[in-house]
Amino acid sequence: MSAAVTAITMPKWGLTMTEGTVVGWLKQQGQRFAEGEEILEIETPKITNVVEASSAGSLRRIVAPAGTTLPVGGLLAVVAADEVPEAEIDAFVAGFAVPEPSAVAESEAVGARPQNVEVAGRRLRYLELGEGSGAPVLLVHGFGADLNTWMFTQPAMSATRRTVALDLPGHGGSAKEVGAGDPEGLTDAVNGAVSALGIERLHLVGHSMGGAIAALVALRQPERVASLTLIASVGLGPEINASFIDGFVRASRRRDAAEVLGFLVDDPALVSRSMVEDVLRYKRLDGVTTALTKIAEAWFAGGRQSLDLTGRISALTMPVQLIWGRNDRIIPAAHAEAVATHLPVHILDAAGHLPHMEKAGEVNRLISQLIGG
Amino acid sequence: MPQKSIRQALNEALAQEMRRDPTVVVIGEDVAGGAATEGQRDAYGGVLGVTKGLIGEFGEARVIDTPITESAIMGAAAGAAVTGLRPVAELMFSDFFGVCFDQIFNQAAKFRYMFGGKAKTPLVIRTMIGAGRSAAAQHSQSPYHIFTSVPGLKCVVPSNAYDAKGLLIRAIRDDDPVVFCEHKLMYDLRAEVPDEPYTIPFGEANIVRDGDEVTVIALSRMVHYAGEAIDTLAKEGIECELIDPRTTSPLDEDTILESVERTGRLVIVDEATPRCSIATDIAALVADKAFAALKAPVRRVTAPHTPVPFAPGLEKLYIPSPERIAAAIRDVHGYAG
Repeated sequence: MSAAVTAITMPKWGLTMTEGTVVGWLKQQGQRFAEGEEILEIETPKITNVVEASSAGSLRRIVAPAGTTLPVGGLLAVVAADEVPEAEIDAFVAGFAVPEPSAVAESEAVGARPQNVEVAGRRLRYLELGEGSGAPVLLVHGFGADLNTWMFTQPAMSATRRTVALDLPGHGGSAKEVGAGDPEGLTDAVNGAVSALGIERLHLVGHSMGGAIAALVALRQPERVASLTLIASVGLGPEINASFIDGFVRASRRRDAAEVLGFLVDDPALVSRSMVEDVLRYKRLDGVTTALTKIAEAWFAGGRQSLDLTGRISALTMPVQLIWGRNDRIIPAAHAEAVATHLPVHILDAAGHLPHMEKAGEVNRLISQLIGG
Repeated sequence: MPQKSIRQALNEALAQEMRRDPTVVVIGEDVAGGAATEGQRDAYGGVLGVTKGLIGEFGEARVIDTPITESAIMGAAAGAAVTGLRPVAELMFSDFFGVCFDQIFNQAAKFRYMFGGKAKTPLVIRTMIGAGRSAAAQHSQSPYHIFTSVPGLKCVVPSNAYDAKGLLIRAIRDDDPVVFCEHKLMYDLRAEVPDEPYTIPFGEANIVRDGDEVTVIALSRMVHYAGEAIDTLAKEGIECELIDPRTTSPLDEDTILESVERTGRLVIVDEATPRCSIATDIAALVADKAFAALKAPVRRVTAPHTPVPFAPGLEKLYIPSPERIAAAIRDVHGYAG
């Protein structure tokens, strides 16, 4: 009876990814690794990220050397225990069914396409992935972002449960009418979407401004919220990078957008031209500049955060955690350190304001641990 | 996101702007079709269907079929623009500009200047360019360089459906006359186009591909031919940056110069004839402002200085081909002084 032979395949990061290129292997053929260790680096036109081991094993066969481009689902490497004979690895590689690009496209057309829900007469876009009996996970993005910010988070969470990533009003594919754009209004919209989607109890994960909105949802209806993960969240201190907020609202050209997006990450090389283009495509839509201006005024007037949730968050009784990048240049990690005495805080090295993208594996593990299973 | 053709993208841009702003009107030959006849209403929607359906929603007062008289179309549109409407006038074939160029060149383009800045002329002239359909010498030209050369006119040359919608909406909202050049072989070309209205700024080039060895600048349909050439060369290990200026007036000089300063090698692809053209203009710009960065002569891949041939075989030779573009890039890449 031989141990299991498993495949490492090309992941799918985000709605538009169809293929990726192997940048390099961080483990050698034959090397053993533990769960969570970094195995290889993959590049798409949008982003470069590492693939981590989902379980311990031995890297028995590298099928796609550095420089290889494969479709989503294509075979990158074979993992098995050391005692599995070479012949069995050969047979696994030979028998691996490479997914047809058309099959991938078709499954997307059925399952992983964003949908719209009407909340108080306003269109909100969301992406639903996964199913399971446990409470669903709701992912709430930050200022100027959209549901694509969860491209590494949502697929991982959806393996065992229903997940919903929402576009806030004024963002992504949602209607650009935001009313006053204030915390209460945006929280109403999220609550409305949760009800419209028939979700009773849920785990909340919020990033930046979306963190504050998730916290407000939890404060309003604590009985509905099974856990709360706040990533680089607004609402925990007065500082905010006003140059980023102003620059993001104003940027209409490639050069300006690239400059302000650099503030978001620890390693500016992460900001690809395609990422800049996506932001510009969003910002060019009618109504976006007005929406962002209103939201910025309601939340960050005078370059300071107007919402202070520090005292109220500590009173929440469901499991709560804070995740922050140590080198966050939008909201300082000191905001998390200040509440670390009474809340679990995880500060990640070599990460900026997007730890869920820059350190996706670690953040996914922390969320999974908190929500369980 | 929905895939739409350039035809659909332009139609959507017109319909959305007409809904948003009651001063936007469409005027031209057969923009509705069947006007003043007993025949079918909305029979044409423009010879290539771009304005199809508009008359049904907006009526005869805003979708105006005209007799075959370009001078009257442009004269009426320029006058309407300077007195408060935002007309989108159709010049069916750009080759016909000669009969109405006083209205464009000497009137619309000059109003703001002649009235000391007190007048604005929010006029869009949609027009068809390009060879490749054996439409012969009087229906196949690409004279965008002539419009570009006129101070007071802006000139847009989109290469894909996403840009076409965003640039047309931007053109309609612009307070100056804009000539919007649509390539007649690209109307069915599809791309992801948002349903919502959006605008793309003028004077911001699109970097279609990143590369560090050769800068390739191409316009309109040539962006796709250049892309084919670059795909071939990538297999040979030559990495090209492909820039689509999108608008020739204003021209995004910064993006061009920054790229050439990095690569030192430049190929410009332009379907128009070579004398006094955009290709020549960009070559002069680079010679003037990035001379020290150049490692090889600038190469232009253009049509020859002749009328467009009717014979299909000759017409094919007339239009820059991916093979000719690839050969020029190889030359420039291999140039060692």
